[in-house]
Amino acid sequence: MLDQSDGYVTEDGRKIGSVVMEMKNITLRFGGVEAIKNISFDIREGEIRAIIGPNGAGKSSMLNVISGFYVPQDGEVWYRGERRAPMRPYEVARQGIARTFQNIALFEGMSVLDNVMTGRLTKMKSGLFGQAIWKGKAEAEEVANREVAEKIIDFLEIQSIRKTPVARLPYGLKKRVELARALASQPKILLLDEPMAGMNVEEKEDMSRFILDVNDEFGTTIALIEHDMGVVMDLSDRVVVMDYGKKIGDGTPDEVRANQDVIDAYLGVSHD
Amino acid sequence: MPEQLVFAMEVFLNGLMAGVLYALVALGFVLIYKASGIFNYAQGVMALFAAMTLVGIQKGQVPFAHLINALFGADLHYFGWSVNSVVAICFTVVVMIGLAWMVQRFVFRHLVGQEPIILFMATIGLAYFLEGVADLMWGSEIKTLNVCLAGELCLPQGINTWIDETTFNIFDYGFFIDNLDITATIVAILLVAALIAFSQYTKQGRAMRAVADDHQAALSVGVSLNFIWVLVWSVAGFVALVAGIMWGAKSGVQFSLSLIALKALPVLMLGGFTSIPGAIVGGLIIGVGEKLFEFAIGPMIGGATENWFAYVLALIFLVFRPQGLFGEKIIERV
Ligand SMILES: Nc1ncnc2c1ncn2[C@@H]1O[C@H](COP(=O)(O)OP(=O)(O)OP(=O)(O)O)[C@@H](O)[C@H]1O
Ligand SMILES: [Mg+2]
Repeated sequence: MLDQSDGYVTEDGRKIGSVVMEMKNITLRFGGVEAIKNISFDIREGEIRAIIGPNGAGKSSMLNVISGFYVPQDGEVWYRGERRAPMRPYEVARQGIARTFQNIALFEGMSVLDNVMTGRLTKMKSGLFGQAIWKGKAEAEEVANREVAEKIIDFLEIQSIRKTPVARLPYGLKKRVELARALASQPKILLLDEPMAGMNVEEKEDMSRFILDVNDEFGTTIALIEHDMGVVMDLSDRVVVMDYGKKIGDGTPDEVRANQDVIDAYLGVSHD
Repeated sequence: MPEQLVFAMEVFLNGLMAGVLYALVALGFVLIYKASGIFNYAQGVMALFAAMTLVGIQKGQVPFAHLINALFGADLHYFGWSVNSVVAICFTVVVMIGLAWMVQRFVFRHLVGQEPIILFMATIGLAYFLEGVADLMWGSEIKTLNVCLAGELCLPQGINTWIDETTFNIFDYGFFIDNLDITATIVAILLVAALIAFSQYTKQGRAMRAVADDHQAALSVGVSLNFIWVLVWSVAGFVALVAGIMWGAKSGVQFSLSLIALKALPVLMLGGFTSIPGAIVGGLIIGVGEKLFEFAIGPMIGGATENWFAYVLALIFLVFRPQGLFGEKIIERV
């Protein structure tokens, strides 16, 4: 396993930094169901970290713990060298952690541009009365936010649908708009829950390219859940493997691929 | 022009203005319903409470005077001063924001994720509670309300003589239109314009629209649901204050004011529970509809049709377009 505590440079020349987020002994229960059983792992600055595992393994639950949607019964979350107190999702978002959802959560009644603009909400400073009094300042801020949103729309190649109501878009494009909205907040960490689920081969290729470009150009740290093994192996620097709420593997794609527990889990060896 | 048609035009105009007041109450409902899925039965009582608070502050009434007197054997009623209308309105707004905060903090915060019917029941409880508080705080006698912005610039009473004379010159018959109704219409238009500007161009307005659209997504972009709900109840409280001022100036501040909330129900069925333009158009249709119906059909069937017309119209509407004129289409997922 890799152990360069201050970071290293990947084969393709990307800089991976030190640990930015660390999950320590996380346990999450729903009534009698233990969705996450005492799992620890870390995420390094600038890396693409994949979480994989069969259906119901607890991957989404883990992402929800990181983003504050679920509160674990046990364990600690460390972010940028500090232990994080239990936080609400909006507080996590304001700390620079953006996310997308497995079942797409967009503002269906708004246009693509408006959706992306909501990603700027955490960056808007002017308060209610400020906006009424300092009209000029509020306008300048609006223009600046608009610029960032437009840049991201260009980046993800969705200029042609800027004004389209999201409800009318096909599934693949919705996923892309959701990514755009998450990116608009210029997050430090981006959490993607199955960004390529339900897409055709061509759409998957586009999405993979966007994820790599985001990581490369903005240096954004990315944690993603994905079922397509080919994609995972191509994209990620390190992989966590979960099965039945337990961590059964953690390492580079090659290491994980060679791990006997992982092979068993994916081949469906019985659990007893 | 035939005489009947001229009469009908006058009735139509009056109906339009009555509709504006219905629309104002319906607007408060829509705001809260969109943002939180709560059907706020207490919206009418909020209008009453706001109007009573405004009058109480204006006249320098001691709040909870009866209670204080009964407990301590005192004989307090008035502070002995009167407060300028603008200042009193500002204080009332603060009270309505405080109310919004308390409603969220002590009631709905504990009911997040509950069934809509439970939230609805909570608002019924809130309505009776608030009515009781209003009574205890300001007393139950009917109060007259007049609001003066500066010196002589007050809410106008009486009929508009200019309209009366002009229409008399044209039709040989002068229209009776209340100055107060005209003012209410202008105020309502300004209020709606301000609300639209707020929701389109401010950070909080954007966050409000985000919450109205999708709670999960709103959380993920850093919006605090709690804050937005307090904000929405505050805005609804402000709308209630405006409605309370207009109704109060027209027919006195009295407890029957809270019953106008029931008239908002057919308005919402017509306009759709989630649409601000729907609330306005629905209000106008009900206002015009019930006045014209009373004028044309009323005499044939013994009058007093205004009591039930709105509900029957809404019922007919429900059969053909259950989501209302502007409501989002209801699509069954199978
Ligand atoms: N909100 C919830 N309430 C109750 N149980 C839940 C909840 N969320 C997840 N679970 C349970 O936790 C377990 C893990 O679910 P999770 O969604 O994290 O799996 P997953 O690895 O993301 O699966 P998939 O690949 O199907 O998305 C499952 O047994 C699921 O039923
Ligand atoms: Mg999942």
